[in-house]
Amino acid sequence: MEFFIQQLINGLAVGGIYALIALGYTMVYGVLKLINFAHGELFTLGAYLGFTLLVSWGLAGTVGVGPAILICMGLVMLLSALAGHVLERAAYRPLRKSGRLSAVVSALGASIFLQNAIMLIWGAKGLAYPADLLPRVMISIAGQPVPLIRVVVFVSSLLVMLGLYFLINRTRIGMAIRASAIDQGAAKLMGIDVRQVIAIVFMIGPALGGLAGVMFGICYGQITFTMGQIYGLKAFTAAIIGGIGNIPGAMLGGILLGVIEALGAAYISMSWKDAITFFALILILVIRPTGILPERVAEKL
Amino acid sequence: MSAAADKWFWPQAALVALFFCAPAFGLGPYWLEVLNQIGLYALLALSLNIILGHAGMFHMGHAAFFAVGAYTTGILYTSYGWPILCTLPLAGLAAGIFALLVAAPIIHLRGDYLLVVTIGIVEIVRIALVNNIFGLTGGANGLVGIARPVIFGFKLTRPWHFFYLIWGFTAVSLLLFHWLENSRFGRALNYIREDPVAAEGIGVNTTRYKLMAFVIGAVWAGFAGTFYASQMRTISPGSFNFWESVVLFTIVILGGSGNQKGVLLGAFLVVGLPELFRSLQSSRLLFFGAALVLMMIFRPQGLLPPKGRAYRLPPEVAR
Amino acid sequence: MIILSLNNLTKSFGGLVAVAGVSFEVERGEVVGLIGPNGAGKTTVFNLITGALRPDDGHIFFDGHSLERLKPHRIVYLGLARTFQTIRLFPQLPVLENVLSGSHCRMKSSFISSLLRLPAQRREEKAALVAAMRELEFVGLADAWRAEAGSLSYGDQRRLEIARALATEPKLIVLDEPAGGMNDQETFELRDLIARIKDRDITIILIEHDMSFVMKVCNKIVVMENGVLIARGRPEQIQKDPRVIEAYLGVDD
Repeated sequence: MEFFIQQLINGLAVGGIYALIALGYTMVYGVLKLINFAHGELFTLGAYLGFTLLVSWGLAGTVGVGPAILICMGLVMLLSALAGHVLERAAYRPLRKSGRLSAVVSALGASIFLQNAIMLIWGAKGLAYPADLLPRVMISIAGQPVPLIRVVVFVSSLLVMLGLYFLINRTRIGMAIRASAIDQGAAKLMGIDVRQVIAIVFMIGPALGGLAGVMFGICYGQITFTMGQIYGLKAFTAAIIGGIGNIPGAMLGGILLGVIEALGAAYISMSWKDAITFFALILILVIRPTGILPERVAEKL
Repeated sequence: MSAAADKWFWPQAALVALFFCAPAFGLGPYWLEVLNQIGLYALLALSLNIILGHAGMFHMGHAAFFAVGAYTTGILYTSYGWPILCTLPLAGLAAGIFALLVAAPIIHLRGDYLLVVTIGIVEIVRIALVNNIFGLTGGANGLVGIARPVIFGFKLTRPWHFFYLIWGFTAVSLLLFHWLENSRFGRALNYIREDPVAAEGIGVNTTRYKLMAFVIGAVWAGFAGTFYASQMRTISPGSFNFWESVVLFTIVILGGSGNQKGVLLGAFLVVGLPELFRSLQSSRLLFFGAALVLMMIFRPQGLLPPKGRAYRLPPEVAR
Repeated sequence: MIILSLNNLTKSFGGLVAVAGVSFEVERGEVVGLIGPNGAGKTTVFNLITGALRPDDGHIFFDGHSLERLKPHRIVYLGLARTFQTIRLFPQLPVLENVLSGSHCRMKSSFISSLLRLPAQRREEKAALVAAMRELEFVGLADAWRAEAGSLSYGDQRRLEIARALATEPKLIVLDEPAGGMNDQETFELRDLIARIKDRDITIILIEHDMSFVMKVCNKIVVMENGVLIARGRPEQIQKDPRVIEAYLGVDD
């Protein structure tokens, strides 16, 4: 039982990070029907930018750890949003009229480009957030000692998602995003500036991805330039499990995947951890080909 | 064959003949190795072309089938002492059966869902190999000491031996695939690519043909695995990762999906070109990524898009 | 002889009942018109007959076979071919290959004989080319055989869809709004084409909104409204049927 709770908390923390990344995938997919393969690299970029701000520039030393982390997160979100915007302009907007395959390959190209750019800027060797950045506080949940930071990561990812949910469901721009996701043509006819919606989605998604990167760095320390590949893939898997294009689905899928993975690693086999993720994906898609909470698609015959 | 195609027949034949004389021109072993690698990727990409180019299924897991073939050869040799070339049919068969088993439950998935699931399959296979599944795959170190192939008592050891083995096999495969493309089988795949609902509605068993495309592509990837294993003599899980699948995917799309010549060209460019830019070293991939984006912006249909089949109408209905 | 019989066919989407207990029979050699206001469930009936949708309840018998559990390609193989309301050709492929897609289900060459281009396979390919060209001649599109299907005019695309369906060698053909998007001249030619299909001993069911067209072409008419069959009979009976007149009153057509 103690072991189970620890693993559950671990799973929830990772799941929160997956969910934040998955939101970027799902929002872009919802509006553009495009897998933004480069999204995983934006997560990496966020982690590296966070490192530079917090550690290299010594932000933590000048304003104290707490505010430093908040400022850092804000700045990273801003910079990631900017990177996302540039990415959209450079690699995706010129392809709006081409087929799905071209978009997939362009996304792959952008992903390779970004990954190698990060490697050339920050070096091929991984970096490590300092372990003493935050005091290592343990709290007790159901009588079990659990690192506070994991709980904080999970709770803050939930808060961010709640904010996003509010944005999508209660604001004008949120409505425009939802409308564009359902039917771009109709949205245009209703006077929605779809180009603007796409641009905004390509800023919100990367901002969340970048934030996830910083949270990952603070929580786990070690960052590498290739980590976006596997985390991106997992997060995308989470988005698909939840039903791609569906925002609550991405949150659900992310957290579910984190938990499945942590429990699978603990109770089945550590060395099969990543394989369990993909087995789960295949299993869910075999049972429900469009995920747990599917987007609505009607086929006209 | 149309008049335009006739005009280019002899220049093309000459080019092919010239290519097959490459080892005679004093090309060093290094460049022959590069050509062999291109040949292997060409073989793999041609088999992927059936699935991705002709049937239009977003399959990014071809490395998994390649791995099954290579490991079948490796295991049959290291554990059972089979001669390498005798393992060739079994490598193809094993990869084909594996493809049938994994593709059957996911064949109904649409575009992007299939893409991610096939990536997942590559990862599962790689992890299974690392974990030394069945106690036969040698774990993370893989299998070592795989023998060179022997043909009628002649042992293939030098790069130019492999040049003829790999490119000879690729040439035969090109011909067979060309025939296949120009049959009801090839057309059926194209109908599925264009509109699966209409294809099913007009009498094409879409599930069956999609599965068959997967299986035939996998069988050839399995064959390629045999050549790879015996050429490298060492195989390890790291050689069959997601990245390999991406490379194959881009070869097909960049070259021109659905066109054999395009796929060949793609193999030369994607595998060969980086060799010319070795001096750039670490920034090579940066340029590769940028080139992919630019290609898709300016020539999304690939360098040599398919031209469509040539039909010669029988005299009674000629127009 | 009855070739197709629908028995209490029912299909709903979510809460909406699109087809509610529809039953009717089609005799061999008939030209049956399926009419009704928009949303009456006509296309849904077609999709059920051709296997694109599965009925919630009821039975479909065609030429001695029960269809309701079969996949579309099996139904085509049994001799029931269709065209689509929203034209569904293979627009990027040449006209000839579009027709050859219909021949596919009648060809027998195996995968191996295709891979090795065995003599039997080559003979069959040649025969298929002849058959496909004959169908193109039949609908009057033979000269366009090389063109991309998507480049044809709307009316020509409708005729190409018919040629494609005919290439499956059907016993019964269902046409979903064959005159949709056609001008008067093309509609006139379509009447002739339908008559010639009938002469080939192929039974026809069609959905059409153009009433004068239906009245002239069909020898039996089935009327649906809100998923229910409200009348059936010969054209002159249908024209006088009070329920049909009521159903059409106030409907812009």
